[in-house]
Amino acid sequence: MELTLWTYEGPPHVGAIRVAASMRGVHLVLHAPQGDTYADLLFTMIERDGKRPPVTYTTFQARDLGASTAEKFLNTLQAAYDHHKPSLLLVADSCTAELLQDQPGTLAETAGLPVPVVPLEMAAYSRKENWGASETFYHLVRAVLSAQRNAEEKPRDDGSSNRRRTVNLLGPTKLGFRCRDDIQEIQRLLQSVGIGVNVVAPLDADIHDISRIPEADANVCLYPEVALTTCTWLERNFGQPVIRTVPLGFGATQDFLAELAGVLQVDISAEAVADCRLPWYSRSVDSTYLTGKRVFVFGDGMHAMTCARVAQQEMGFEVVGLGTYSREMAREVRAVAKELGIEALITDDHMVVEQAVSELRPELVLGTQMERHIAKRLGIGCAVISTPAHVQDYPARFSPQMGVEGANVLFDTWVHPLIMGLEEHLLHMFRDDFEFNDHAAPSHLSHGEGTLMAVEDTNVVALEGVHWEDGAEKELKKIPFFVRGKAKRNTERYAEEHGLTAIDIETLYEAKAHYSR
Amino acid sequence: MTADVIAVSEVTPERFQPLQERGQRAVFCGLTSIIWLHRKIQDAFFLVVGSRTCAHLIQSAAGVMIFAEPRFGTAVLGDRDLAGMADCHDELDRVVAQVLARRPELKSIFLVGSCPSEVIKLDLDNAAGRLGREYEGQVRFVSFSGSGIETTFTQGEDNCLASLASDLPEDTTSEERLLVVGTVPDIVEDQFRRLFSQLGIEHVDFFPGSQSTDLPAVGGNTKLLLAQPFLGETLRALEGRGATLLPAPFPLGAEGSEAWFRAAANAYGVTVEKQQAVLQPPLQRAKAALGKYHSELSGKSFSMLPDSQLEIPLARFLARECGMTPKEVGTPYFDARVMAEEVPLLPSGVDWVEGQDLDPALDRVRATRPDLTVCGLGIANPLEAEGLRTKWSIELLFTPIQGFEQAGDLAELFARPLRRERALEVGSWS
Repeated sequence: MELTLWTYEGPPHVGAIRVAASMRGVHLVLHAPQGDTYADLLFTMIERDGKRPPVTYTTFQARDLGASTAEKFLNTLQAAYDHHKPSLLLVADSCTAELLQDQPGTLAETAGLPVPVVPLEMAAYSRKENWGASETFYHLVRAVLSAQRNAEEKPRDDGSSNRRRTVNLLGPTKLGFRCRDDIQEIQRLLQSVGIGVNVVAPLDADIHDISRIPEADANVCLYPEVALTTCTWLERNFGQPVIRTVPLGFGATQDFLAELAGVLQVDISAEAVADCRLPWYSRSVDSTYLTGKRVFVFGDGMHAMTCARVAQQEMGFEVVGLGTYSREMAREVRAVAKELGIEALITDDHMVVEQAVSELRPELVLGTQMERHIAKRLGIGCAVISTPAHVQDYPARFSPQMGVEGANVLFDTWVHPLIMGLEEHLLHMFRDDFEFNDHAAPSHLSHGEGTLMAVEDTNVVALEGVHWEDGAEKELKKIPFFVRGKAKRNTERYAEEHGLTAIDIETLYEAKAHYSR
Repeated sequence: MTADVIAVSEVTPERFQPLQERGQRAVFCGLTSIIWLHRKIQDAFFLVVGSRTCAHLIQSAAGVMIFAEPRFGTAVLGDRDLAGMADCHDELDRVVAQVLARRPELKSIFLVGSCPSEVIKLDLDNAAGRLGREYEGQVRFVSFSGSGIETTFTQGEDNCLASLASDLPEDTTSEERLLVVGTVPDIVEDQFRRLFSQLGIEHVDFFPGSQSTDLPAVGGNTKLLLAQPFLGETLRALEGRGATLLPAPFPLGAEGSEAWFRAAANAYGVTVEKQQAVLQPPLQRAKAALGKYHSELSGKSFSMLPDSQLEIPLARFLARECGMTPKEVGTPYFDARVMAEEVPLLPSGVDWVEGQDLDPALDRVRATRPDLTVCGLGIANPLEAEGLRTKWSIELLFTPIQGFEQAGDLAELFARPLRRERALEVGSWS
């Protein structure tokens, strides 16, 4: 048993519903008690879907327990087929049904329905939502393609041919983070470099599209949490190479195009990313104030890793914390953290994340809906970069994270919660002014939405065993607030390391000299 | 002498026999009740023993995760627990200790059963007894089931209160006590207390109250007024403690509120004059507030999909006080005893449905195209996308709607989607 207050991911069958809801002509029959139908509202309320997800729940009750739940399942299956006439049926258990062991997959396969039936095993007591989506997508693709697997493999041309190269974009789903806009942006990018998109799946794909997956020259694994298992299987069985670089961020988009050029053996011009504004905006002098801003990054594995790179290399922040709730991606995230000289936080316990954020005292948090709440509580600016996300993270406007426009969106979105450069200088200049001082919130944030000062100033209590003398404390207050926290931490660390119990003005400046680079 | 009785509708259905429907249901399970129960009972923690689905349901139904550290949580069962590698009771003790270490100020912990805990027959009554002895004098432990295989949505509160009923102290006095049963928002509780006091009715308790340590006494002199229409089990448990039900419609709308207060006043022998003096001013205010909505709502048709058990009294309110026309009204289950005073007030010509089969029910809504459909959150947007106006029903549990002063607010909840339709000049709404 594990105490869970808030959960980053839903159960695995919610991942199955995400795949079904993303596609056309696919219906899921879920063996589940009443109550599990709450999953509908994730789609209709968070993503504002105009139709119910294509799922029929058996909604068995206590009186059905025993022999009749299996019968209820078969009746529901037939009714769902008759009513929705899908071209493929997925069949799964939710957590409770898994305990009943009715084996709905086996029952469904013998039900004699005129469409393919794909049974799923959702392992509700050890796995979670993204894994469920990945398994569902994999089994669905495998079921549709298994008939073709042994068929004659289409000869692919060598690089010398002028044939237009195509790729599949795999992994986007409903309730993913900005998938709809990412796909549009990546399609535009690929079109601009003369590469065609063969199939996008699961989002908006039908079974016919799935059957055409092997026709592409390569698979772009855009969302590895959902698509990596499928991409690996396709590579093994259809010889399709996998493009693993996720084009999120300016540098990653360049690397993505380079990987495509290499794998597909085509020339891709650097012009493709030339109109991205992120590099210039980041070099603009106004952005100097972004230098070394302490940033904490947490999300699903892919978003956390790609955003950490953007934060460090493209915004000039200092990534002080990096973590993920995707245990499946732990190894990769650890490697990225190691390169940044920090240790990755792999946890699905938001209280542990909150603890880490409050200890690291970042100036900006890039995270999920959970971290948005954590940051708000601690008075730190935050931008949401990953699911779980709330309705405001499914915006009406075009707002991709990937590709050229995605990089522009990241710049704007992450800078917004910070104090503007010029505003910061003015705050410093007028810090003793009675109405325009460093306790005033930046003008673009409403009261209570918070600033980093709230964190720094509530922390006037020094480390245990170290005492600030009055003079030193007054001197500390004269240091511009945006470096004050760092000066305070450094001085205390210096004092601790030198066995000092009291900090006076001398200590403050000795520490400053010690840590200056 | 009794006060005015409500004029029974001339078209009273002779026998109220809703159509029984079985099939896919689209209702929350009883765990959802925790969302309002934990706001009401402020010194308690609700610990669901269940799966990740349970945790995900509660946080999703709550809409936003507004409480940084909520007073509810889930002890999520894992493979180790199911395979018997870990002793579930030891594990539960460990999780409870973890909760209490974080929140030492807690006075009560509700152990809430779920579908998985019911199926594996984890005995939470036993666990509550054991933990109650271990934390004797510090923390009270109570168990109830909110599982979807046994409860729908508001039945979670019914089970919670029914299970608390046996813990209520015995009333040993000879004074008459009035117990108002069912969670109502604090503002409604305060209004009700003032009116009872003006009527001269003393010793009024509300169950549940805001402190779990401050439980009302119950006994042979206790009279019960139900403030919510989903408390059949609680009623039976309290009757088992000697209490007597005061039959009344539910305090929704001006008419329902008046009848509800008069039921208490008559039982306490309050004179007609005094009843008039106390109840007329708020009644007239409520009627005036409702009058403003009459032109907006009158003549509009509505259907209700089964959801919270509030459907029957709400349909009565919308038909009789707002002039609306019910087409089909579904309710998860029909409790004849609890609804006894509502049924005579119901209009005829309505298709009443007990239970649910979602797809055919949605097809009927599409065919009859009511002006307003009251339904759960998962269904509202899909119906809107088909050009149908909806009112999502969970708001009826989170918003103060009971009593005279809220009668206008209740009508507003139904009027707003219709007003919005008139205001918008974009989108697919016709």
